[in-house]
Amino acid sequence: MNEFIQSGWETVYMVLTSSFFSVVFGLPLGVVLILTRPEGLLPKPGLYRVLDIVINVLRSVPFLILMIVVFPLSRVLVGRATGTTATIVPLAIVAIPFVARIMEQGLLEVDGGVLEAGLACGAKISQLVWTVLIPEALPALVNGVTITVINIIGNSAMAGAIGGGGLGDLAIRYGLYRRDPIKLWVSVVLIIAFVQSVQFFGRLIENRLRRDMTAAVL
Amino acid sequence: MCILRVEQLKKSFVLDKTVVHAVDGVSFSVGTGEVFGLIGLSGAGKSTLVRCLNLLERPDSGEVWFDGLNLVEQEECVLREKRRQIGLIFQHFNLFMRKTVWENVAYPLRIAGKQKKEFSARVDELLDYIGLSSHARSYPAELSGGQKQRVAIARALALNPRLLLSDESTSALDPVNTELVLSLLRQVVDDLGISIVLITHQMEVAKALCDRIAVMENGRIIEENTVEELFLRPQKPMTRHMVRGFDEDIPLERLTDIASAPVYRLGFRPQSVKRPLISDISRRFDIDVNILAGNINALVGGDVGYLIVSFEGSAQTVQGAIDALRGEGVEVFRLDQTNGLNGRTATGTADSSPACTETAANTALPQVVPASAGE
Repeated sequence: MNEFIQSGWETVYMVLTSSFFSVVFGLPLGVVLILTRPEGLLPKPGLYRVLDIVINVLRSVPFLILMIVVFPLSRVLVGRATGTTATIVPLAIVAIPFVARIMEQGLLEVDGGVLEAGLACGAKISQLVWTVLIPEALPALVNGVTITVINIIGNSAMAGAIGGGGLGDLAIRYGLYRRDPIKLWVSVVLIIAFVQSVQFFGRLIENRLRRDMTAAVL
Repeated sequence: MCILRVEQLKKSFVLDKTVVHAVDGVSFSVGTGEVFGLIGLSGAGKSTLVRCLNLLERPDSGEVWFDGLNLVEQEECVLREKRRQIGLIFQHFNLFMRKTVWENVAYPLRIAGKQKKEFSARVDELLDYIGLSSHARSYPAELSGGQKQRVAIARALALNPRLLLSDESTSALDPVNTELVLSLLRQVVDDLGISIVLITHQMEVAKALCDRIAVMENGRIIEENTVEELFLRPQKPMTRHMVRGFDEDIPLERLTDIASAPVYRLGFRPQSVKRPLISDISRRFDIDVNILAGNINALVGGDVGYLIVSFEGSAQTVQGAIDALRGEGVEVFRLDQTNGLNGRTATGTADSSPACTETAANTALPQVVPASAGE
């Protein structure tokens, strides 16, 4: 029982920390993408194309391989290459281009005319990002974060395979090496429960935010 | 005193590898407290033009003089300052959907770096002015189209601008809400003395509000005049169509087919619009007057009317009748569908300018796009 609590906690810790960092770096990247795209407010087609290609390349490297590639970086950042804390580095790095892309899509939901209205009110681009672009896109951004966290849960299970700890690690150790189906299935159920609760709360927040925008005409 | 002066403004786009001259050498000026209308069909370049006026769109060439500065030459930071003195309202309102009505109106004040306690009274005052104080905490999605546009107007007025740009601001509204928004704009002009550049494709909207109107076609201003003169003496075929209203059944050029005699457009000034001039000349000159179309328009400066008629009688009596009408201050043009083969008419002086002749270009008139469906 104890090891489930231990592993569950490791998973939660890994997933939430790496989600946090992936959004911290991914959201600004998404904003840069939306501003510099050819039809954006600060069109920089060259920069946009470079970022676009880099993101596409990073997204096409399978997680397991990237994790091995990033080991040295983990050693620099957290002092070691294996273990739960060390796993946060590749988890976050893999998620950053994904978050950037998904935030870009979310920010695209904001109508160009609304941004124009903000500019016509005398807003700077930086003010516009904070006061219009991000607030208006918030429901879509919350949805993006939900998808990201679920993705990272999946990756974190895989990280167990190379000593990352967490529920995935537990499932592999007991399920694969020791052939203990009960512990395997408990791990699986716990992971499913985690994914579903993230989904549930993400959807809840998103819907609450969207309600303002779609209230029926009185 | 002129608040806005535009000189030779040009803006073109590349669309599907062809260059579109959306604004093609436009010049005009707007006086303080004046409502200046820019009217034209969809695609005439009106919306591009309005975006060039506050430099949301950078023109290719030309000058935009506002408040003693040529905005085209200004740095972005100066432009932001100037934009605060130029309100902008849109066809689709463009309210911030996740901000309340109160926050929407407060936005320009907040962005200008003011503290909430400084501007909160101002926001309340604006909401009171547009009659939506009770909706301060509502979100735009809970409002009707007309209410949304009123909120947008309050937002545009928040920083006490000297000029208001209105880009098809009533086009997405039903007639009742259009009326409400127009009367609010009228009230704004009367109370605050600000100038408005009103962009629209609806002549009913322009005539209800404007002092002067410029007609745009293919990125150019083809005709500009006071509203009254424009209704009395529309020079270009497009203007005549605009003045007449596109919703009437028979195209203008077909009226010349229907009648067996030459067709004239009579423009009546406010002082002559109420008098029975037609039956008077019919009796005096013993001619038959066939009335093909007509209307009276209520303008800011008074009522003006027009009739499309044909006169049946000898050339001499018809000319006599026309002279008599002119003597009463009625504007008389001969309408001719034969592509201006002769600018002059059979009666010699009835029409002196080729520009007054209906040209075949009429028949190539683009399909009229009806006002967008309301909310």
